Amino acid sequence: MTLQVNNLQCIRGDRELFTGLSFELGERQLLMLEGANGSGKTTLLRTLCGLYLQEQGDILWNGKPIRKLDEVYRQELLYLGHYNAIKSDLTALENLRINALLAGEKINHDQLMQALDTIGLFAFEDFPTRQLSQGQKRRVALARLLLSKAKLWILDEPFVALDVAAVELLQKIIAKHVDNGGMAIITTHQEVPLTQGAVKRLRLGATFETAQSDLANA
Amino acid sequence: MLSAFWIVLKRDLLLALRRRNEVFTVLFFFIVVISLFPMGIGSEEKILIKIASGVVWIAALLASTLALERLFSNDYEDGTLEQMLLTPQSLSIMVFAKIFAHWLLTGLPLVLIAPLVGLFYHIPWESVGVMMLALLLGTPVLSMIGAIGAALTLGLRGGGVLLSFLVLPLYIPVLIYGSGAISASMAEGLSVQPYLLLLFAFMILSVIFAPWATASALKISLE
Repeated sequence: MTLQVNNLQCIRGDRELFTGLSFELGERQLLMLEGANGSGKTTLLRTLCGLYLQEQGDILWNGKPIRKLDEVYRQELLYLGHYNAIKSDLTALENLRINALLAGEKINHDQLMQALDTIGLFAFEDFPTRQLSQGQKRRVALARLLLSKAKLWILDEPFVALDVAAVELLQKIIAKHVDNGGMAIITTHQEVPLTQGAVKRLRLGATFETAQSDLANA
Repeated sequence: MLSAFWIVLKRDLLLALRRRNEVFTVLFFFIVVISLFPMGIGSEEKILIKIASGVVWIAALLASTLALERLFSNDYEDGTLEQMLLTPQSLSIMVFAKIFAHWLLTGLPLVLIAPLVGLFYHIPWESVGVMMLALLLGTPVLSMIGAIGAALTLGLRGGGVLLSFLVLPLYIPVLIYGSGAISASMAEGLSVQPYLLLLFAFMILSVIFAPWATASALKISLE
């Protein structure tokens, strides 16, 4: 399985974020996406998910455009963005169950409870998530990773709002996913130590640098 | 495919159960509008019977637009809508489930409260039956058409007002045939059937096309 990006150009509003971006990601590979604020990291991730349409270039999954694959591609994809995507009126358990069912995972009650225990929400399963702290809400969202069979994880700043223990746990979860033949693309400033597999790095931000030099000239 | 429908339907009904006030605002708005007219115009039986059919439908139209904005905006704001787009399920089916849940919570109560309107406006009981049937056929159309508008105006500033401008003109056919059915049932020698059949046709059409159009509009709004 491969994700291949050819000559990608993305424009938001009037601003060109990046152009001519190409990379390839295979099994057991982790892509760390770096770049200053506003350099287009989130835009790139959302484009890779198919939420944004690119201006130019192709995104290929196993050699086929993701737009054509549609549901087949989304079956292989797990995206976690800035939002936790959980309902504040539902409990952690209900949120996780609905999210997992809609993602097409076949899961039972024990697996759900197990996932919530592992992620550190033991005894918080039945509280409306409105009553949980920011870090705990993030954990509810992250619990999906434990149940997911998706090959490609796209995580946008997954470590935000987490405490030291949770960061360590998440690093392990991502490393295990990559070890098991998965692939992941993350934007973060944290390192993810992997036991096996390769870490690739991609730095966005040409636009940002030119903007700065313009300022200096003025 | 069917399972996605049930999951989303159950989810939305569960959410509504936890936030009951949102459901009741629509119903109370409808009742208040309905009861304002007799107070303003006077309780003369002849006049009230004459305006009843129009008033019921205009109140239903306004009540329906009142709740539309929330149809997608809550899910949009917490990111769950975005995640729905990324699930390997058909978005049209999930959207249909959401609209159906929305109708169960805002359209169906109006149908059930209709006999009360009959009491306010001295409508004969046979016509109350027709009114309930017309509302039962017409209110789903309001939810379906409204959903397209709600999806198109999602995330826009002042989207609520824009939504009303966009959607209310599209409600006119339902208003005409819906109130026509009630008037016909109270007039002598007029058949109700054509009105109800046309409302039924509107409903079938909107059930087929609206979820698909709404799903496309949502994809555009989330870009």
